Amino acid sequence: MPLSAPNKTSSPAPQSISSAINTSAGALRTISFWFAICALLCLLLVDIDISTTDPWAEMGLMTAGALSPLVWSWPTLLSSLANTFAFALQGVTVAAIVGFALALGYRFTLVRAFCAFIRSIHELFWALLFIQVAGLSSLTGLLAIAIPYAGTLAKIYGELFEEVDPAPSNNLPRGKSRPLSEFFYSVLPLAWHSMATYTSYRFECAIRSSAILGFVGLPTLGFHLETALSDGHYSQAAAFFYALLLMIGTLRLWLHKSLLPIYLVAVFYYLPPQATISWQLLVRFVTEDIVPAPLRGQALLSGETMSNVVQWINLLWQQQIWPGLLNTVLLGQISLVFTGLLALALLPLNSSLFIQRRWKRGIGDSVLILLRTLPETLLAFIGLLILGPSMLPAILALGIHNGAIIGHLLGRYTEELNLRADASRGVTLYFYEVLPRIYRQFLAFLFYRWEVILRETAILGILGIATLGFYIDSAFETFRFDVALLLILVSAALNISVDQFARYLRQRLQLKTVPESL
Amino acid sequence: MRIQLLRSFVALTLLFANSISSASPVGLSTNSAATGSYNSPSAKTLVFSAIPDQDEANLQERFDKVAVYLQAQLGIEVRYIPVKSYSAAVTAFRNNQVQLAWFGGLSGVQARRLVPGSQAIAQGTEDPFFSSYIIAHSSTAIEPSDNLPTAIKGKTFTFGSKGSTSGRLMPEHFIRENLGDTPDQLFSKVGYSGDHSRTIALVQSGAYEVGAVNYKVWDQQLAAGEIDSDKVKVIWRTPSYPDYQWTVRGDVNDSWGEDFQARLTEALLAMDDPDLLASFPRSGFIAADNELYQPILDTAISVGIIDADK
Repeated sequence: MPLSAPNKTSSPAPQSISSAINTSAGALRTISFWFAICALLCLLLVDIDISTTDPWAEMGLMTAGALSPLVWSWPTLLSSLANTFAFALQGVTVAAIVGFALALGYRFTLVRAFCAFIRSIHELFWALLFIQVAGLSSLTGLLAIAIPYAGTLAKIYGELFEEVDPAPSNNLPRGKSRPLSEFFYSVLPLAWHSMATYTSYRFECAIRSSAILGFVGLPTLGFHLETALSDGHYSQAAAFFYALLLMIGTLRLWLHKSLLPIYLVAVFYYLPPQATISWQLLVRFVTEDIVPAPLRGQALLSGETMSNVVQWINLLWQQQIWPGLLNTVLLGQISLVFTGLLALALLPLNSSLFIQRRWKRGIGDSVLILLRTLPETLLAFIGLLILGPSMLPAILALGIHNGAIIGHLLGRYTEELNLRADASRGVTLYFYEVLPRIYRQFLAFLFYRWEVILRETAILGILGIATLGFYIDSAFETFRFDVALLLILVSAALNISVDQFARYLRQRLQLKTVPESL
Repeated sequence: MRIQLLRSFVALTLLFANSISSASPVGLSTNSAATGSYNSPSAKTLVFSAIPDQDEANLQERFDKVAVYLQAQLGIEVRYIPVKSYSAAVTAFRNNQVQLAWFGGLSGVQARRLVPGSQAIAQGTEDPFFSSYIIAHSSTAIEPSDNLPTAIKGKTFTFGSKGSTSGRLMPEHFIRENLGDTPDQLFSKVGYSGDHSRTIALVQSGAYEVGAVNYKVWDQQLAAGEIDSDKVKVIWRTPSYPDYQWTVRGDVNDSWGEDFQARLTEALLAMDDPDLLASFPRSGFIAADNELYQPILDTAISVGIIDADK
């Protein structure tokens, strides 16, 4: 059974090794076991029928399109490419600054909950919220990326600060307590390298997010990509997709630290964040749109109003919140385990321990970039054509996307392992040395993706899977912003719980965020 | 190498900073004049939009011609902006980022409820008698019929966009009326493809067995040879209902003069260039008013898409 394979091999070894290590390996094994069992049980509860009959005509068109990319307008392509880059860079810059500030208070539960809250809302929903008051403006694009990313970066920075080697700070002379100097001289320098590495990785994610923002109307690559896909113009879609792929694939070549200031000036000059925010719209949004329908224009404390509100919530609970929660958790759990398996299978692709030749590893790397850049909605559409409507295409879409991301990070991480000169090779090396040594890191990455996967279940409406995000999307479509906000709060609560649980597991299993500190 | 790349990138950036107002789809721009005209209602440019119901890639091209026509007729600057979804069109209208819009039946009703005083002023000649097709994959062996075939019960089913009149609201209404239950109860699975072309592709591939589609989009794609009749066919045509219309905000006369709404209506009704009309596609325009769409509103309330007034 493939699911148990990683668990078996995660035990580093025979009994002779000290009991402390054995115990912790046992804990890793136990937790992996329960996650796998949970996913299998969930699989029994959901619909994974295969039901399609004739996908090949459409698949043929898609393949033909992929092989014959067509740029129908270079100015459009280049300007949407530039917009995608601009929103991503501005968003991550603002997010890094705000995230840093939040990370300083990360030991406070309230701050952590706030961060979990802002990152639990999908970029698309942030954009949809801001569109109501700031329109389709450059400010909307910037905020839609900056806010959830600030939440994510705060979490990463905060945990990095917690995990730095405490020795330097412990050795400071006691007496005068100067927390700020202490932080800047004994914590920040140690965390700096990991922070920079992680932030630059998040930049790649931000480019994808920025492209996806086009789905709701911002002028990024996704705008035209989505249009071409839904019209069935696959050659045009291919051109936009390859442009995105090219930008992400070549990041390392042109996004150099020393050039960042120039890029920053360029993007703020090119696309200054601005919007004509009408106070009228803002006031209407806050005092009317998002106020629960039964409360609008009613006396707050009258018994009748209260019973109407209770009825309103009750009905929503039965029709949307409960089924939404259930589907989100089920889909999230299965996808999480599938993501993990796929990540373990994909990691050799860009690891020099398994692929020695540079050019071959280049190919492996490209496959990973391709898999993680394909928008999940496109993967879901292809899955839907081949497998029919069920939860299966959703699991595949989420698993492939996130599995490729974790596989990539793990592959990079294996580069930092020092092997003995007489280390084994190939399969033996993988199962008996690499896998046990990276397993903690693997779980740490997987727990990070957990909440991301939950959030991304939102955008698979085409499959008709009624997750919380599906209902949030419906609420926006029908201009029920009160319902949308309530559902967003529910999904934020789910996210905060998952975050707390993952944090508990991480501490219990002593999983580290920082490769260097392992 | 890096420096060269950088130089060309900066050059490109600067180049497109200047041209973005025309190249970018929503007119995001560093050019304050262009931004102003998009964001602020006080500028004297009439901005209009249309729901993206099909052939989105060519919306800009199609409606730019209409903008040129209206500009000539009205003697003011007219601009079209494309949007990505039905709800985005309504939101832009509500926020006064567009003052005029080519809406579907449902999106028009939603827009007019959100913007008191706005008026439906013109509709296509075909729109009083619009309808939807229920289409089925050949593997279901369901034959065309005058009544909605009960054999669709238990099949997998896809609507178009959640906010579509012909792809969601009216098909759902007629399905409930004829089969006596909600789609969730009747079908084994219910999806929302997003738009009409995709509904056709998904039913043709058998991914969904049955679907609901705008009759005009179907007829157009059939004529263009994009549909394989061996794999997918129409099994039922819904009764007719009013659909698309031009809706204008009630405050346009304040910006462009006393009789502006009347002149605008006249210009729309006078549109007779086949090339322009093909953008919609309609054979011509006739007068319309809000009352005509009462049935759509009633249906939307009964289906639960719009809340009834208290």
